[in-house]
Amino acid sequence: MESVGSIIMYVIIVLSIVIFSILAVTTRKILRAATYLLFTLFATAAIYFQLDYEFLGAVQIAVYAGGIVVLFVFSILLTSRPGDNSEKLASKQKTLGLTGAAAMLLVAGYSLISRIEFLVDRPEMQSIDMQQVGETLMGTGHFQYLLPFEAISVLLLACIIGGVVVARKN
Amino acid sequence: MEATLPILILSIPLFMFLFLGLLGKYMAHKWAGILGTLGMGVTMILAYTVAFTYFFSGNPEFINGAGERLQSIVFNVDWLQFTDTLVIRLGFLLDPIAAMMLVVITTISFMVHLYSNGYMRDHHGVWETGFQRFYAFLSLFSFSMLGLVVATNIFQMYIFWELVGASSYLLIGFYYTKPSAVSASKKAFIVTRFADLGFLIGILILSYYTGTFNFTELTSVPVEGIADVYQVSAGTAEAVKSVFANSAAPMFMGASVMTWALVLIFMGGMGKSAMMPLHIWLPDAMEGPTPVSALIHAATMVVAGVYLVARLFPLYLMETAALDIIVVVGAFTALYAAMVACAQVDIKRVLAFSTISQIAFMMVSLGVARPEFHHGIGYMASMFHLFTHAMFKALLFLCAGAIIHAIGSNDYTEMHGLRKYMPVTHIAFLIGCLAIAGIIPFAGFFSKDEILTACFGHSMVWYIWMSLVAGLTAFYMFRLYYLIFWWKEHKVHEGHHAPHDQAWTMTLPLIILSVVSCVAGFVPFGNLVTWNGHPMFDHAGFLTNLEHLDWSVACISLAVAVIAILIATKMYMKENPLPDKMEQALPNLWKWCHHRFYWDELYMFITHRIIFGLICKPIAWFDRHIIDGTMDGLAFVTNKLSWSIRGLQSGNVQTYVWIYLIGVLLLGSITVLCLI
Amino acid sequence: MEMTMLCYLLPSLFMFCCGVYGFITRKNMIAILISLELMLNAVDINFVVFNRYLFPGNMEGMFFTLFAIAIAAAETALAIAIIINIFRVASDIDVREINKMKF
Repeated sequence: MESVGSIIMYVIIVLSIVIFSILAVTTRKILRAATYLLFTLFATAAIYFQLDYEFLGAVQIAVYAGGIVVLFVFSILLTSRPGDNSEKLASKQKTLGLTGAAAMLLVAGYSLISRIEFLVDRPEMQSIDMQQVGETLMGTGHFQYLLPFEAISVLLLACIIGGVVVARKN
Repeated sequence: MEATLPILILSIPLFMFLFLGLLGKYMAHKWAGILGTLGMGVTMILAYTVAFTYFFSGNPEFINGAGERLQSIVFNVDWLQFTDTLVIRLGFLLDPIAAMMLVVITTISFMVHLYSNGYMRDHHGVWETGFQRFYAFLSLFSFSMLGLVVATNIFQMYIFWELVGASSYLLIGFYYTKPSAVSASKKAFIVTRFADLGFLIGILILSYYTGTFNFTELTSVPVEGIADVYQVSAGTAEAVKSVFANSAAPMFMGASVMTWALVLIFMGGMGKSAMMPLHIWLPDAMEGPTPVSALIHAATMVVAGVYLVARLFPLYLMETAALDIIVVVGAFTALYAAMVACAQVDIKRVLAFSTISQIAFMMVSLGVARPEFHHGIGYMASMFHLFTHAMFKALLFLCAGAIIHAIGSNDYTEMHGLRKYMPVTHIAFLIGCLAIAGIIPFAGFFSKDEILTACFGHSMVWYIWMSLVAGLTAFYMFRLYYLIFWWKEHKVHEGHHAPHDQAWTMTLPLIILSVVSCVAGFVPFGNLVTWNGHPMFDHAGFLTNLEHLDWSVACISLAVAVIAILIATKMYMKENPLPDKMEQALPNLWKWCHHRFYWDELYMFITHRIIFGLICKPIAWFDRHIIDGTMDGLAFVTNKLSWSIRGLQSGNVQTYVWIYLIGVLLLGSITVLCLI
Repeated sequence: MEMTMLCYLLPSLFMFCCGVYGFITRKNMIAILISLELMLNAVDINFVVFNRYLFPGNMEGMFFTLFAIAIAAAETALAIAIIINIFRVASDIDVREINKMKF
């Protein structure tokens, strides 16, 4: 049985995920969409905190909310004029999109709910300390991730260079 | 022996080839010629040093206590190692025939290098186009030929064999703007390649059963106490002893596999040495520049086949059936070529057929050689004839080149009566003719006499046959001589200079080779080159050959030659109707000889009508309609299909996502319905 | 109330479906990219939740999410660079108009 506080917290998180996700994909002002995305990302970070992954939550806020959303905002400012609303969706298109999303929800949700038996209780767990995270990230042993870490660092470098090359004039 | 000289002998021509080939066009024609000639001259001196050391130093590597000459491997490096047993080596094997060939090749090659300085420019001193290329190819040829004769194993020989074939191809096609030269070079290459197919199969069979490529393991036994020195000995070499001793050795079509291997190897030799029926390329090869004909198609490359048989001679001794085949092929070729040579108009063609005939002499001589008779005199005679023939035939070709250069035509009808205009060439040509006709004391007399002695010891039939051919040889050579230099007064065309002896670069080789042709017969070959290294005479001196002459054979062959020369003199010295009468008396024979017994037409018929018409055309039809048709149909269907579905590729990302989503949903529903 | 896995998986599924809807219906490329981020995020949540509930002793899910966030950052940066370039060329970022490269 969870504490009342965490349940209230949970309800708030779920509500914000649902509401801000819907708003992010339905609003006609693109800057607002980015803002709603930011809130959704915050809510996700809150889920990580609630599940005792503090480091992950911090990364989520720093990289996603802090980095990516800022990138979005910049690009929006570069590519659209103020007061620029996207036109209203045709009802046919809306219906089609809704149908697709609803079908997805139905199929996946049904398969989730029907598999009750593997949806176990939350086991007790200590929150992970940073030293362990650091060793896992930097180690070369079993279940340690130095190679992917390096690969991703190279990928990021490539993306930086690629981004500069693609976006610069001429 | 130190490996320095042998390595230099091989590397100088190779270097000259690369140097002249890559940088030749940046240097003056004159310097390219001088450099090429100098390089060959140095190689010649080194080769002489090596040969002299081999024959006369008395070093125990080269000669044993009993005076028998040995085979000595100077160096042998692993070149390609496939497995532990299959190794291809490149090396330098020194033995009597290799040393002798080193001398022959470098001498003739040097003469030709020197001569070409004069030949490859016209009367106004304008150089031929591609003069440097010519020298580069000559160097390449010299390198390949030297590598061939010193090969330590049959595979190295095969490699260089192909290289000489390639250089021959390049040099025949030197005037590549002339269609006839192009087709001649292609013909030479294809015919010899066809023969080399047999050679390769023979090599593979031989090495499969004996387990080795090395000549020393096939034909010799190691000498106790000295590394890399071997003594030639038939049938005692480890590698072949078991194969030949095994009476249950595999048979194929009534002959043992070793016979097949040796006959197939001889087929390679037939191609290179222009034996019937693979001779058709050699007359056409005269399209190349005349110095090339002298070097490649008279003196060196075409005797590679003889050299090959001589190299493997101890093996052939163990399968005399193969030797009998060699005799038959050689004898028929000799007669055929001699007859055709009597009816040719182009002087180079006459010399070409004469070459074929003389090489056939060598082949016959090898074929009749048996150790029982005079220590295998046939082998010695063959090598002796190879040596003397190289000298006097190169001389004849170079004379012909000088004449052609002066007249500007290959046809003797344009020449006639040149003796007053070109005295030096006249004397040199006469010496060459006397040598090839076998008149004492010129070189050809001694070697041909040894060959006839060997035939005499083997079988009466071949002796008479070959004597007749020797008579024919004297006849056609003097026919040529008289038609060029006598017959009637030379007619100088209006506005043309009278022909004259050529520049010193061309005349000097003629003089040198004439002197050599006069004295080469006195070289005591019996003590230098025998099949197992065993000397034939107790002592050797300048007159050894004369002392040991079999006078009964010698007198008969001399008589035959003199009679033939007299007939030729009667018929061709002064303009007279006798030749025409002969033609009319024997119209068919003359026609057949003139058309070379229609061999080329026969080949044309076989290749065009039978191979092309009956085999290739149906295959081509099948390829064009069935195979290509299938492919075209596939392409057509694919094309149509692609056009019909290209609308799907709308470029609209959201459509793609839709399709993707539908796919995911379908798969998801199936999974959900089936698993839960 | 028991906090089972379902309590976290269902919101993440909902977020994912919102992303699908946005991806299909929006025309602005940046909006499409935002939808994409939503979907990615939903997947990240799944990794973490599975790690937490099923394999609490290990950290694979967490690290996978960590790497996914890093790659998402890289991908977004590149995508935005491309979008800006397209905008410069076509002065429009409506995905329906950008079909010049079809067959």
